Amino acid sequence: MLDALAGRGDAVTTTIVRDLRLPRVLAAALVGGALAASGALLQGLLRNPLADPYVTGASAGGALGAVGALALAGAAAPTLVPVAAFAGALAAVALVWRIARLGGPTTILTVLLGGIVLTSFAGAIVTLIIVASDRLSLRLRALLDVLVGGVAVRDPGELAAAAAIVAIGLAGALALAPRVDAYAFGEETAATLGVDTERTTLAVLVVTALLTGAAVALAGLVAFVGLVVPHAVRGLLGARHRPLIGASFLAGAAVLVLADLGARIALAPAELPVGVITGAVGGPFFLALLARTRRVAR
Amino acid sequence: MTVQLRGVTAGYGDRLVLHDCDLSLAAGEVVSVVGPNGAGKSTLLRVIAGLVAPRGGTASLDGTPVGALRRADLARRVAVVPQSFETLFPFTVRELVALGRTARLDLLGRSSPDDAAAVVRAMETLELTVLAERRVDQLSGGERQRVVLAMALAQETAVLLLDEPTVHLDPAHQLATIALMRRLARERGLAVLAVVHDLTLAALADRVVVLAAGRIVRDGSPLDVIDAELVREVFGPGWHVAVHAGRPLVHPDLGH
Repeated sequence: MLDALAGRGDAVTTTIVRDLRLPRVLAAALVGGALAASGALLQGLLRNPLADPYVTGASAGGALGAVGALALAGAAAPTLVPVAAFAGALAAVALVWRIARLGGPTTILTVLLGGIVLTSFAGAIVTLIIVASDRLSLRLRALLDVLVGGVAVRDPGELAAAAAIVAIGLAGALALAPRVDAYAFGEETAATLGVDTERTTLAVLVVTALLTGAAVALAGLVAFVGLVVPHAVRGLLGARHRPLIGASFLAGAAVLVLADLGARIALAPAELPVGVITGAVGGPFFLALLARTRRVAR
Repeated sequence: MTVQLRGVTAGYGDRLVLHDCDLSLAAGEVVSVVGPNGAGKSTLLRVIAGLVAPRGGTASLDGTPVGALRRADLARRVAVVPQSFETLFPFTVRELVALGRTARLDLLGRSSPDDAAAVVRAMETLELTVLAERRVDQLSGGERQRVVLAMALAQETAVLLLDEPTVHLDPAHQLATIALMRRLARERGLAVLAVVHDLTLAALADRVVVLAAGRIVRDGSPLDVIDAELVREVFGPGWHVAVHAGRPLVHPDLGH
């Protein structure tokens, strides 16, 4: 297999490894890394270990953008999907941030409620798009991918574009990290510590949307990676966001590559969407986390 | 550094909280702010910290309007000890105190040896050195209060604002906090403004400012300001004001 990777094996194996498997592994790594890094950043901004792109509705916003682009744009769709996913994710994160700020001390609850509202709203629109448009029959499979989460690389250009977006997003996240640390006691204290909170908040939302949009464009809705991975890494490495974001990116990449492998072999030859794996494993973990956080908050 | 408020009116949305407030705060001075709940004490601090812009009048630091300073420049001049010090993340004491240096990080977010030294000094002042590597969620309420105080001291500003710094502390730590404020003013020339609910503790300041319904109704030495008439007017009946060692002593009068 290593020979095939280096281009020295027999032609069939080389094609399978280099053209099918490798792009998919790279895509899975990008998706997991991007979701975990943006989860770490969002948690810092919202001061909430339960926030992530999925539960805050950012992924749903991204999916709405992606489905909308697939449905409406026709042939131009492949290039439009990442952009539309970014726009949808940005709108969703900005909305959740507004809701969280209204919440005052009950931030955790309001963020989760805002995420639920956003997710079901976006879901309703997505369903509407599917039902209303008869042009969609051909792309049903692609739409399904966006909804339930499956790592799919439609062409190498898409992978390269997503990799570039994730690289920019990750660099931005690492640059913002020390200022996000200053949110430890809330936005107002961050301001008195010298952080321009309006600009920093906007920058965090844009970076989160870049990372989430790229992930949604490649793999659709993948639950809980953005939530569970930063949480586990924080327990090991501590709370400072620069090491946290870097390590979360690597751990998230590893987790999603494994999850994608599991999705491919669990019911072989049939293939599960990777979102099923992360959802099934991450859901119970999330509940346990919720219970523990409630105890701590008392 | 001198803080100067002239005719400041401020509020949130349609609601005005402060009306026409004049106040000055000089280097080396400890001033306490007292008043009933909702009188506008926190808003007064937030105007000086640049968190709330005055609707009328001016707030200035050495003659420069607070609103004209960038956040990072303001954070090198004015430190605020927050009222809430809860964080759900497992920061260590040293990491939280180091947040006081945020305004001095370079473009890449790196700190300098000066920053590390300031963090060490602040932790020494608050007797946190032995707790430096401890996670904040393993500390008591009083210890956490000292952590946010150290964070503000690490900013090494000329002005220190405190919003009810003694509210979570036992009597020994309340007294230690007031003593620390006085020491910082004497030894380092800090201008200290603290919202304090306990009138007897408030009277340990150099000056007492009384806020009622958004207006400054008294401003002067503790003995001049805190008397029986004022306490009845502002806080209602049921209090007795005595004088002990040159300072007013306020205690409940249940026989009233």
